[in-house]
Amino acid sequence: MSAQNSGNQYPDYPVPNPALDAQPFWDGTAVGKLLLKRCGDCGETHYYPRAICPHCFSSETEWYEATGRGTIYSFSVMRRAPVPYVIAYVALEEGVTMMTNIVDCDFDALAIDDEVEVVFHPIDGGFSLPLFTPVAA
Amino acid sequence: MARPCKAYIAGAYEHPTRHAVEQSVAQLHAEVARGALADAGLSKDDVDGYFCAGDAPGLGGLSMVEYMGLDVRYTDSTDTGGSAYVVHLGHAAEAIAAGKCSVALITLAGRPRMAARGPLPDYGNDTPDIAFETPFNQNIVNNYAMAAMRHRHEYGTTAEQLAWIKVAASHHAQHNEHAMRREVVTVEDVVNSPMIADPLHRLDCCVISDGGGALVVVSPEIAKSLGARHWDRCVKVLGQGEAVKHTDRGRIDLTYTGGVKSAAIAFAEANLTPADIDMVTIYDSFTITVLITLEDLGFCEKGQGGRFVSDGNLISGVGKLPFNTDGGGLCNNHPSNRGSMTKIIEATRQVRGEAHPNVQVPDCTFALAHGTGGLIATRLCSATAILGRNDA
Ligand SMILES: [Zn+2]
Repeated sequence: MSAQNSGNQYPDYPVPNPALDAQPFWDGTAVGKLLLKRCGDCGETHYYPRAICPHCFSSETEWYEATGRGTIYSFSVMRRAPVPYVIAYVALEEGVTMMTNIVDCDFDALAIDDEVEVVFHPIDGGFSLPLFTPVAA
Repeated sequence: MARPCKAYIAGAYEHPTRHAVEQSVAQLHAEVARGALADAGLSKDDVDGYFCAGDAPGLGGLSMVEYMGLDVRYTDSTDTGGSAYVVHLGHAAEAIAAGKCSVALITLAGRPRMAARGPLPDYGNDTPDIAFETPFNQNIVNNYAMAAMRHRHEYGTTAEQLAWIKVAASHHAQHNEHAMRREVVTVEDVVNSPMIADPLHRLDCCVISDGGGALVVVSPEIAKSLGARHWDRCVKVLGQGEAVKHTDRGRIDLTYTGGVKSAAIAFAEANLTPADIDMVTIYDSFTITVLITLEDLGFCEKGQGGRFVSDGNLISGVGKLPFNTDGGGLCNNHPSNRGSMTKIIEATRQVRGEAHPNVQVPDCTFALAHGTGGLIATRLCSATAILGRNDA
């Protein structure tokens, strides 16, 4: 059972309802930027982004733009769905791992450790989802 | 010399229904409470502590305390999802040891099969993680599937190895007249069943059922006062541990669960090791849940779970470590989508020597019951309880 998405073959994506301290993340994706949060005190990046650093509890957290590149930490092709899709964890170059989807590729050719890069997929409500696609070899 | 313990399981009851067409959820809670109290030789007026989780209707335990007409001086509605009842068992033992109550009632009941609930519970928009997971169409099965994919990648765990877990459960379920799936299946049956979310097939997933279960946990003084017939059936709560594991600020590691910590705490309290355990009951939401848990509990090395479960090693009378001898969630039932209550109940049956004769572990002295609540690839609470025979 080969599967891939292209054209309109994307699943319906639920619209996020972000908390106040995460709104800048979604403001970023809407204009094509993947923003992360780093702590001004301990220097560590965390994910998902929060107002208070979960490494040291400092409130001096700041947004910065990620490279948008990473590798697949794990994934699963969701076959039993109206439109199959790939849920994944992508390990970003910045050292944090985020949940996402892998899109625009042959799902059956995917493997853990594959290099991927972010693509922004507009959905309802003015939101844009940070999804990932394999980097062309 | 007999081992000390803070509390005993005096009563245990599993609802026979798997499809509650006519009963309300509150009624199911009351029915299992009645069953467990009768099993203990106690009445509802003896209950002075009540424990429940989010499956109980109403605010905490308040509505159910009222519905059942209880008069309690202690209540705990800690909700850690499917592991909550192993958590409650430990909390009840602690409360009893502290003198806060002496007869603790724990209930679980639900009718997800009738209600056809959505794919994931809704914890509300203030939950900080939701916006970073829900939009990507995370659901329960693909969340667990990601843990299975990572395990396969790191340790070479195969679909056939995972399938052995379902095969073992099915061997046990054939003897359980109440089990939803009593047919014995083979490794081939599992790997040839439809793929749901790679690498999990339909038969790697547990059933959805209505029903419930209840426990009555009592102080040593109450246990000894119940008369010989009940006292002999009282089961020692020898140790319990719980641990929350999560996405660790973005440093995600899907190869282990909170079971590493919860088991260490429980074994230390019980002063036992995995080698002492005669059988286990492990919340088997999916086959991968059992495999990773067995490693975390210390029954085999990390990464060796696939080898450990193969060739019938989990089948009672065949392998070294009988597991889920009632058929577990994979075959028997999964009331309210929360699997750890029925795990404690089957472990209790085994330690009492009251399991079905075809699956009863001979001379079962120590049993371990374990629950995983929440989602394995995001945030979860693992809870481990070690039970001992009355004379252990
Ligand atoms: Zn910090």
